Amino acid sequence: MLRQIEGSRAVAETVALCRPEVVCAYPISPQTHIIEAVGAMVKAGLLSPCEFINVESEFAAMSVSIGSSAAGARTYTATSSQGLLFMIEAVYNAAGLGLPIVMTLANRAIGAPINIWNDHSDAMAVRDSGWIQLFAETNQEAADLHVQAFRLAEELSVPVMVCMDGFILTHAVEGVDMLDQSVVDGFLPPYEPRQVLDPNDPVSIGAMVGPEAFEEVRYLAHLRQMDALERIPAIAQEFEELTGHASGGLVRSYRTEDADTIVVALGSVLGTIKDAVDVRRQAGERVGVVGITSFRPFPGEAVREALSGASRIIVLEKAFSIGFGGVLATDVALVVQGSNAKVFSVVAGLGGRAITRRSLEDLLAQSVRGELNPLTFLDLDQAAVDRERARMASTRRSGPSAENLLRDLGSDYAASKAQT
Amino acid sequence: MFQIRIHGRGGQGVVTAAELLSVAAFAEGRHAQAFPSFGSERTGAPVVSFCRIDDREIRTREPVMVPDALIIQDVTLLHQVDLFSGLSSECYVLVNSSRSFEELGLGEFLKTFHPERLLTCPATEFAMEHLGRPLPNAALLGGFAALTHQVSLEALDRALRDRFEGVVGERNAAAAAATFRYVVEQKEESLHASPN
Repeated sequence: MLRQIEGSRAVAETVALCRPEVVCAYPISPQTHIIEAVGAMVKAGLLSPCEFINVESEFAAMSVSIGSSAAGARTYTATSSQGLLFMIEAVYNAAGLGLPIVMTLANRAIGAPINIWNDHSDAMAVRDSGWIQLFAETNQEAADLHVQAFRLAEELSVPVMVCMDGFILTHAVEGVDMLDQSVVDGFLPPYEPRQVLDPNDPVSIGAMVGPEAFEEVRYLAHLRQMDALERIPAIAQEFEELTGHASGGLVRSYRTEDADTIVVALGSVLGTIKDAVDVRRQAGERVGVVGITSFRPFPGEAVREALSGASRIIVLEKAFSIGFGGVLATDVALVVQGSNAKVFSVVAGLGGRAITRRSLEDLLAQSVRGELNPLTFLDLDQAAVDRERARMASTRRSGPSAENLLRDLGSDYAASKAQT
Repeated sequence: MFQIRIHGRGGQGVVTAAELLSVAAFAEGRHAQAFPSFGSERTGAPVVSFCRIDDREIRTREPVMVPDALIIQDVTLLHQVDLFSGLSSECYVLVNSSRSFEELGLGEFLKTFHPERLLTCPATEFAMEHLGRPLPNAALLGGFAALTHQVSLEALDRALRDRFEGVVGERNAAAAAATFRYVVEQKEESLHASPN
């Protein structure tokens, strides 16, 4: 049924339809509403049998998830930002052990400086952990991806992370066609573990593996992700046939047929980019968009094909590798190697900075004029940066840059207090 | 697309107002998107929320930069926050106050705006009368419906009753209806007073 519903609520109710048996999470903005709603459903007996386990930290949340998944329970958790970093050792373990945990990552920037707003640096920090990472463009897709995630995770024995933009999606109220329990039950069979801790049939999980087999274990994990490249589109297609929702898959193209400039991005910013592309199209420019839903595994072939007609590829992302440039841009550049296309890396929306259609239109126009630099920071306040650089050059003890910038821009805490 | 920006303070139901507006528009078969100015809402702190209403899918995720309607729930924000950023003279402006725009010192600023799109209304007084609490959001939504016709009072009434159970829903709906009537009367009065 189509409902006007908050993204977090839609995800929580959809997760409940997937009948998780153990939910274990620690609250952190902007993931909180999801976990509160799931917890309330468990408490009210609406989600049963299910145990909601309160823990003292994210490290415990993922550790308990590992335990419950190894015991054969369908297991769900959610986190954001610093919470993900706090559990990172267990995040790697979950993947290394091949436990099909599903986790929502409500994407948020990583400190310092502390920032609760959206970007993708948290997802990128665990890019190499062995988790499948799927990015949602809308709240409809965020909800739907969770159903597909449980199916995919359990088929392949690989944990899956559903990434949805913190606040921008989690706190947005919009129309979501919510699934019926019978539809989800028909799509998602009961969990059949490939490995399970069973006292009647004892096994060890997580033994030490030396140089004689470690590389093979890792390579097997890689192969499972390569298998996922086949399964992700197949599962999405089956899901669409059942529900009519075009959610998930590897990549999605918009107005790329004759495009010579294509913007590549992850997540909710795709909507704003599509609007910008429509405007530039009206001005006669041949521009298009490719959204990547599956970031890990990275669908190299699908991306190459989707970009095959373009001479300029703008990879716009909400994260970057400090000291080099775009993370997604590096992946894209690698897979289009050998073509004549030029890849431009654009870093945007860090720490919640709004990515506006106007800025995107300017970016596209700049690109068409051939004036785009290989690495661009969208809407960067260069003057403010220059002033801080000057302060650093003029005195040794210039102080902390973050606080200097706030003072410089007149938005530090003292200034805001003085206002009120 | 019709874009609304709501300014108020944490605790005044700014975020809920945008959400309720989107629910009412959705109930009338339209696409709607509501979201808060993210993150740092605290009781008493300035809060902004946004709502978009359209007849087709809403894809953009940027904040509302150029609103078609501005709702100001708390006039003490007037000289603290850039409430009028991105405003064009086509914008509807609804302010919670028993004072006139001239008395609020906004007469000059709003000179170029369409007078029939500007209104101050004592929403807190309506809220006190019907809810017994100074929560002006439901009342202002009633005023918004009367001023802009973007949602009907009926849809708003249903959204309020769905959101707040029992007597609280009834009282909120009554506050919205009272402001709706007030705004309709004000509009009629100014129509009759108009030299045309």
